[in-house]
Amino acid sequence: MARASSKRSIAAELSTPSVMRDSGLCLEDGSRVAVMGGGPAGSFFAYFLLDMARMVDLELQVDIYEPRDYTKIGPAGCNNCGGIVSESLVQHLATEGITLPDNVVQRGIDSYVMHTMDGATVHIDTPLGEKRIASVHRGAGPRDAEGSCWSSFDGFLQSLAIEKGANVVRKRISDVALQPVGVRVSTRDEDVQIYDLLAVAVGVNTGILKTLDKLDLQYEPPQTSKTYISELHLGRDRVVKYLGSSMHVFLLNLPRLEFSALIPKGDYVTLCLLGEDIDGTMVDAFLDAPQVKKCLPPDWKRPEGYCHCSPKINVRGAARPFADRMVFIGDCGVTRLYKDGIGAAYRTAKAAARTAIHEGIAADDFQHGYWPTCRSLDRDNRVGEFVFTMNRFLQKLKPARLGVTRMVRTEQEGNSSRPRMSMVMWDLFTGSAPYKDILFRTLRPAFLVNLFWNFAAAALGKRD
Amino acid sequence: MAKITIGKLYEDGEQIVREGETGDCMYVIQEGSVEVVRREGAKEVQLAVLNAGDFFGEMAIFDREKRSATVRALGEARLLTIDKKTFLRRIAEDASLAFRITQKMSARIRELNAEVGRLRSAESD
Repeated sequence: MARASSKRSIAAELSTPSVMRDSGLCLEDGSRVAVMGGGPAGSFFAYFLLDMARMVDLELQVDIYEPRDYTKIGPAGCNNCGGIVSESLVQHLATEGITLPDNVVQRGIDSYVMHTMDGATVHIDTPLGEKRIASVHRGAGPRDAEGSCWSSFDGFLQSLAIEKGANVVRKRISDVALQPVGVRVSTRDEDVQIYDLLAVAVGVNTGILKTLDKLDLQYEPPQTSKTYISELHLGRDRVVKYLGSSMHVFLLNLPRLEFSALIPKGDYVTLCLLGEDIDGTMVDAFLDAPQVKKCLPPDWKRPEGYCHCSPKINVRGAARPFADRMVFIGDCGVTRLYKDGIGAAYRTAKAAARTAIHEGIAADDFQHGYWPTCRSLDRDNRVGEFVFTMNRFLQKLKPARLGVTRMVRTEQEGNSSRPRMSMVMWDLFTGSAPYKDILFRTLRPAFLVNLFWNFAAAALGKRD
Repeated sequence: MAKITIGKLYEDGEQIVREGETGDCMYVIQEGSVEVVRREGAKEVQLAVLNAGDFFGEMAIFDREKRSATVRALGEARLLTIDKKTFLRRIAEDASLAFRITQKMSARIRELNAEVGRLRSAESD
């Protein structure tokens, strides 16, 4: 057990010469760490914590509490998500030495197709003509995916953590209490364990965060919004024929709808709707839109009992996602607005692991080492809110909408040396770049001159 | 390689980077092998064969010099391109990402040291 003492391990002394605060709380040889939730954030945290611990010769015991079995199809093995591994995350993971296996990546995405409310369709290719976005199933697949040849993305990440030495406890944590010697973790079967550090890596669709209220932490859970995700079975050949390896994005005039997309997978297409209060009426209106219908086979009908869910997503990060011996990572901490939630889980999990190994596990340590990553994501999300508002505003004005479409199409036809609008759209849809970066690019004089020229050309009905 | 999931497929012998050209990306091998060759006068010398999980082209990101060697696919190879901007932006936030690159580069320096030692030993004989 780690103790609140001034004596630190040699490894910790060697690894933290310049940033050490005198909190006295740190991980030592034999320290025990619990991870509540074995989704991407929990698995990434365990993976990097054990990896970094080995580098500084620290022996840790890491238990991941996750009742879900990722080999099971349907809700029992699913973490309710659109299932996109962003372009930037695919690159970061490759650099970390993590290669996504073929049986996990259902389809490599190399382009976006933008469908506007005017009926225009614009194809935006990946900047390098390379498949750098992965569509995956978070679990083993929808409830009717019996005999699928693909494996779960979350299960793959969990296997990486296990290879590093993590232990998976297939139980749900029912209670957490802070004690002078550590964090007491109880499960439903009344098993009680004491840990030096608890990483809370649950989503926002669980009631467990409520049970933490009694701990009197300064933590405040994230603000959420409801989304809609469903898995539509088309069969592999028809997925290729109707959607190809493109993610289809729809800019429709449906109130409260912020983002809508069809994501091609192996045998399925994932329908993903984001916005405020998505309900059945909106889903029906979306599927009835002619732009959507032309992306699906003419004879296709929604099957009975198809897999769908309405999970909540984090739209405003948690306040103070850390305490002495506790850190909140992934969705229950801070994530990216609408996009790249798995990428945010990777960034927050690694920042928390780095802090725990190299700085300490007191609130002050997380404030210093972990919070800057959360703050950076949170600030960028504020810019993202503005960018999405502007995009929504432009979509409502027909001349502006036609101008944007014209600019992208001209660039994609090779009539522009620098595809400025295409890159803005690409990064906005894929979440590949920070929102701040996207905004700054749209404020450059060359971009604005080009944009207004296209507004004028579209208004005058000029083709190119 | 029946289906291409992530990355880009290069045919046997296809050139991926060319010695002397400028580069703003590095590559991670997802599947297959590549050979690294360098022209010495009229001759082409094979410097290394790299396999799945290895990366190359990182020197152009760090030192902004031209490519020091040509890299070609040995059989079919599937590669993922890493953008300089994406990579450096992430390193600015998390310097530990460079650790694995440093480990690999360190291993290469060890191999080079061993090779130089062998060559000098052969010369003196």
